[in-house]
Amino acid sequence: MTSTPTPVRTPPPTPRRPPTAGLCLALTAVLAASIVAGVALGPVRIPFDDVVRFLAAALTGGTIDAAEAGPYRIVWDIRLPRVLLAAVVGAGLSVVGVAIQAMVRNALADPYVLGISSGASVGATAVVTTGLFASLGIYALSTAAFLAALAAMALVYVVTGRDLTPLRLVLTGTALAYGFSAVAMLLVFQSPRGEAARAAMFWLLGSLGGVTWTSLPIAAAVTAAGVVYLRTRAKHLNALSLGDETATTLGIDVTRTRKALFGVTAAMTGVLVAVSGAVGFVGLMLPHLVRLTVGADHRKVLAVAPLAGACFLIWVDVAARLLAAPEELPLGVITAALGVPCFILLMRRRGYVFGGR
Amino acid sequence: MDVRLEDLTVAGILHGIDLHAPANEVHGIVGPNGSGKSTTLRCVYRALAPSGGVVLLDGRDITRSKIRDTAVNLAALTQDSHVEFDFTVTEVVAMGRLPHRTTPARDDEVVAEALSRVDAAHLAHRGFLSLSGGERQRVLIARALAQQPKVLVLDEPTNHLDISHQLAVLALVRSLGVTVLAVLHDLNLAAAHCDRLHVLDHGRVVRSGKPEEVLTPEVLHDVFQVRAHVVRHPTSGVPQLLFEHQESA
Repeated sequence: MTSTPTPVRTPPPTPRRPPTAGLCLALTAVLAASIVAGVALGPVRIPFDDVVRFLAAALTGGTIDAAEAGPYRIVWDIRLPRVLLAAVVGAGLSVVGVAIQAMVRNALADPYVLGISSGASVGATAVVTTGLFASLGIYALSTAAFLAALAAMALVYVVTGRDLTPLRLVLTGTALAYGFSAVAMLLVFQSPRGEAARAAMFWLLGSLGGVTWTSLPIAAAVTAAGVVYLRTRAKHLNALSLGDETATTLGIDVTRTRKALFGVTAAMTGVLVAVSGAVGFVGLMLPHLVRLTVGADHRKVLAVAPLAGACFLIWVDVAARLLAAPEELPLGVITAALGVPCFILLMRRRGYVFGGR
Repeated sequence: MDVRLEDLTVAGILHGIDLHAPANEVHGIVGPNGSGKSTTLRCVYRALAPSGGVVLLDGRDITRSKIRDTAVNLAALTQDSHVEFDFTVTEVVAMGRLPHRTTPARDDEVVAEALSRVDAAHLAHRGFLSLSGGERQRVLIARALAQQPKVLVLDEPTNHLDISHQLAVLALVRSLGVTVLAVLHDLNLAAAHCDRLHVLDHGRVVRSGKPEEVLTPEVLHDVFQVRAHVVRHPTSGVPQLLFEHQESA
């Protein structure tokens, strides 16, 4: 009897993926450390143990030396709200990016593909160049940006038509974004004020300079609610990324689901852009970085993305403060400078596949 | 579950389709390109709302049910199965559990079983996008099986499959004991695996019946514009077609 050799086929290696719960726990620890570090680092450096002591005192109603009032003010009034807002914006943009990429089934989509941020920029540049809403003082910019974002959202919705198919949504958002940008640029170039162009450009690239406690609650509440809602839709996002017909056969009312997702992501984008400007790159690349690490299942992606995005933007903002101190760099410049090499490294390390090969 | 299509109309494509598939029968829909086969199925799995007529499941108009309630009873393998992100095979198949409210442990069981039924258990942890066309097709069929449907709608289920997997998939489909409505391109496979065939042409059902009643030289000539001889399969006795090869004009 002769033994026939059985052909042995070695399957391609399965990508090793860390357990999501452990990763979330680790990222939560990193986030806490990042908040402390983000508060400590800046043009005026404050020792880490002082930061922890000040924060503990502020939270528990403890006391500090009168001599330390200066550093305490920096920690509590200037740095902490800024760091927390960076975390909120990073978390929000990452999650919105994940949702929009699944909703329009396009790996190149980001929170700005729907034209909401370009709409917001019209409001912001109008404030910078014409002094619109001057009576609102420091809130003029955010208010105008948010109102313009809402108007842009309504316009994109109406022009796309009632069924919001992915391609129409992306095309409409992109086309209108060009229109909004043109209006914003026109405002800048028509402005007699020389520094208007620079101010508008700085806003467009994103900044958390001058953030106070007042801008935090609304942004935090909207982002938290949005993250919770999107996490309940994780399975729907999975199904939507298989195509509308397949999603329908899996029991999903595609049009209704996409309308709800559009409303939630557009509102989140509007609020985030209003408080921080249009910080680029985070909402495009963080979703991919997270998918590279945990896979495509949105239940995992949406658990990890907000934590990863929060940590990422805290450090981006630290870099924005430090690299050209005492000047500040726009966040968009740093997100790209940090994110691009990081992304290329990760993509080369594993066979990452975007939508087929 | 009994499936009945009554006067199903889609403007410009379907002109009153009447079709009845009693519970647990396997029905094939055949016809030339553009005859309305896929459009008919799309109305059944609710990707398309017909402009007239109804689709009845056990006598009940499907548009009166929630989309999720339809999905509990009816699974479909569509032609638009395009996966944008790098899901694992298990994740893709697990999506078939979406309309059901069962425990995660039960879902895992059903998913594992569905995968082994299409001979794809060894692919469980692979990335879906790293699979070959045939492997993908089997995984998508496993996803439909994981939905544990009473009606299975299949748009060209043998696409991309080699002959052994074509036969295996159709044998599997027959063995499920559910109502099957399948668009098939290969007339010989359709004849061998379906209880009844419906021939569509220009948006109308031009012939319905058992394979031997439907696949006649006249129908093949009138509808498909080919000349064919009908012979009996030497072991199973089902009608099989031998085509006359056309001279290029």
